[in-house]
Parts: sequence; C-alpha cells; structure tokens
Amino acid sequence: MFDFEYIRPISVSDAVDFLKAHGSETRMLAGGTDLLIQLRNNEIKPLFILDLKHIPELQTGIQQKNGIVSISATVTMSDLIMNELINRYFPALIDAAKVIGSVQIRNRATLIGNICNASPAADSAPPLLVYGAEVVAIGPKGIRHIPLNEFFVRSGVTILQEDEFVTFLELPIPQKKMGAAHVRRTRRRGHDLASVTLCCGVEETGIVRLSYGSVGPRPMLVVDESGVLVDRKASEESKAIVFESMFSQANPSKTSMRASPAYRLAMLRVLGKEALELAISRLDEGGL
Amino acid sequence: MAKPIPIEINIDNRNYRLEVSPSMRLLDLLREKLDFTATKECCSIGECGACTVLVNGRAVDSCLMLAAEADGATILTAEGLSQDGHLNDLQEAFLEKGAVQCGFCTPGQLISATYLLSHNPHPSREEVEEGMAGNLCRCGCYERIIDAVISVSEKNGGEK
Repeated sequence: MFDFEYIRPISVSDAVDFLKAHGSETRMLAGGTDLLIQLRNNEIKPLFILDLKHIPELQTGIQQKNGIVSISATVTMSDLIMNELINRYFPALIDAAKVIGSVQIRNRATLIGNICNASPAADSAPPLLVYGAEVVAIGPKGIRHIPLNEFFVRSGVTILQEDEFVTFLELPIPQKKMGAAHVRRTRRRGHDLASVTLCCGVEETGIVRLSYGSVGPRPMLVVDESGVLVDRKASEESKAIVFESMFSQANPSKTSMRASPAYRLAMLRVLGKEALELAISRLDEGGL
Repeated sequence: MAKPIPIEINIDNRNYRLEVSPSMRLLDLLREKLDFTATKECCSIGECGACTVLVNGRAVDSCLMLAAEADGATILTAEGLSQDGHLNDLQEAFLEKGAVQCGFCTPGQLISATYLLSHNPHPSREEVEEGMAGNLCRCGCYERIIDAVISVSEKNGGEK
C-alpha cells in the first residue's frame, strides 16, 4: 500500500486547519471500506489520511432537534439499522442500509462515507434523496448546507471543495403522512452491488418522489405531482405514461460489467412499480 | 518512511503496546507482526470474510481497517475462541456437523457466527444466511455451516 501519514485530529477546527493547508493531498477516513481498497489498488495516492473517528463533535450519533434528525459522520450502517428514530421516520433508509455490503461492511461503513464516495450505485442515496436530505459541510470559509440533490456531480465526484468535508447529514422529519420503500436488483442474493437501486416515496397529498441509481452517472430524483400514480381509478396506461417521463433521465453505462443498459432500463420499470406499491401499502398502514 | 503510530491493543485477552506503520492493515498486524495466522488473507477487498475478527465486539473485515485505527480496541480472533485448550461449543458444532472441508474460511466463519449469536442467540435459518452472507466458502459447506450455527442455538435452548 502507498506510504501515507496517518492524521488523527481531535476537533473539527483542527481538521479544518489541516485541510486548509493540505486539502489536495489528503483523503478523509471514516469507515474506510471503500478508501482502503482504493489505497491498496493504488487508485489514489494521498500523502495524508485524516481519521475523523476521534473527533468528539462528530461522535454525536443520531439526534433529533426541531423537526430534523441529524446524523454525524461516524454513524455506520449498522448504527442506522439499530436506531429507533430512523426506523420510525425513515423506514426506506433502513431498507437500503440493510442490503449494503455484508454484516462486516455495515459494521464499518458510514452513511456519510457512502454519500461522499458518490457511487452512482450507492444504495443509501435514493432514500436520502426521497426524504430530502441535506449535507452539512465545513471548510475554511465556514459551514455550508447543501441539498443532497445538488451534492452529487458524477461517479466519484461531489461539489465539495478540496478543503471541505462533511460533518453531518440532516433529514427533515416528514410533515405530511408519507409511505416510502427502497428496492434493488443485484446479480446474486447477499453481498453485491446494485444493478438498479430505487426508492419511492408517496405523500398522502398524492405527490410521488422517485429516486434511482446505477442507471446513470449519478443518482437521480424526480417528483410527480399529478396524483395519477396513487389514483386507484387511473388506468395502467396513464400510470405508465407518468413513469416513462419520470424514468426519462436514466442513461445506464454501456461499459458496466454488472448489467446491460437494456436490462437496467427494463428492471427500472419493474422496480418502480414494486416500490410504488410497497410505498402505498406502507402509507395505507399509517405511514409514519 | 511515514511516521510510525504508537498503539495499544488487546488481542485474544493479551495486551500489546507497539508501533505500526500508517499503511499497515489490522490484518497485517495480526498475521505478519504478531503471528495470529488463523485470521486469513484472501480477497483483501472485503468480499470473502476470511479475515473477519471482532473489533470491540463487532465483526469487521480486518483487511479494510488500518492497524492504527485499532488503537485502544479489543480484538477477538478465532484463536481466542477456545478456552484452556478446549474448543468452545461453536467450534465443536462445526466439527460435529462437518462444516469444515479445506478449513481456510473457517476462522472467519467462526467469528461471524460468534457475532451473530452474540446479538441474536436463536437465529432462524434465514437470519443465519443473512448474518453470514459476508463469508464465502469455496468448498460449498454453507448448509453444514448453517446447521452448525443452528445446533448451537438449539443447545442453548433455541427452537428446534
């Protein structure tokens, strides 16, 4: 593995100062489940690895305040799955966290790491987009709140500057009754990356939020306010027209090994219906 | 050379105080530096589970963790499972059910099963499959491995 210095700041301000001086030569370490593979394969050669896990301000876990659930940078997928607030308010995020990697991966991998890695196939991205998550980043110029939908640029690239890092993710507790579900397709059961990953959220007002990944350079979010998808009297044809327009931004890679573009586009439609039905049934059961 | 990092670590109930290179993985520390060779290196990208150990009670792939990150941690490897030279119930169950063929994945399987049973003492067959999906066995002993885990649960009062 490439020879780097290991830096372990004990405050956010120390980390900010370090990145101000060495941002372009530094990679952040939280769970490390993607970072260590990139280091080992010499895909990246940073001079410094900055471990965030010893910063008490980032060990606050999952907290609720003023209608917002705040998740700190050290929170792992296993932490999410076991957390009562997330289970109560954001069940589709639980759906996704449960299928990420294996037990061993979920015990290390962090939610914020998954987002910062910006994989188009990240399973946590669709539910976070549906729930309207906001990224809290800090740098020498101060704190920025960035809607997650503006955070992703393309595979592996976010709008973060070299001297910035993410401290928290904020999820607004839905104000209206809502049902949401995350589903995905993989090549095999168990531990695999998604060929298609998708989340559907249905509000009692009829607004449908759909987010999908692994079918383009970044996860997409589309919203339909027509009410057709939740109208029990609407025909299958009219629903199909709405879905088609919602899926129009999908543009799967022709070179990915996991699945062909044709298969992904076909599965996107299957998963869209599956997640919509599940979201509606959760809404009918009382939603949040 | 990067600056070495001083760490304190407890492995299988023994305390160590040593210096590690920043790029050394926990797996390298265990196998190469301290001779805990039960923990196996295989895929090195967190897919096979052969290097699974418990870190502060949680199952992790030791190939995806730096040794420096384990500073202050308590580690359990498969070598720490036996007590006073006697195999524990889980290890005996692996033998009894024939859950071991070549044996290479077994230390990782044992640790994942230990972790599963530590927070779910009586898992269903499906929960064992899910809980151990991060451990591959190329001999294909999966059914027998699940049998072994279930038999420990039954021995401890779980449903048959």
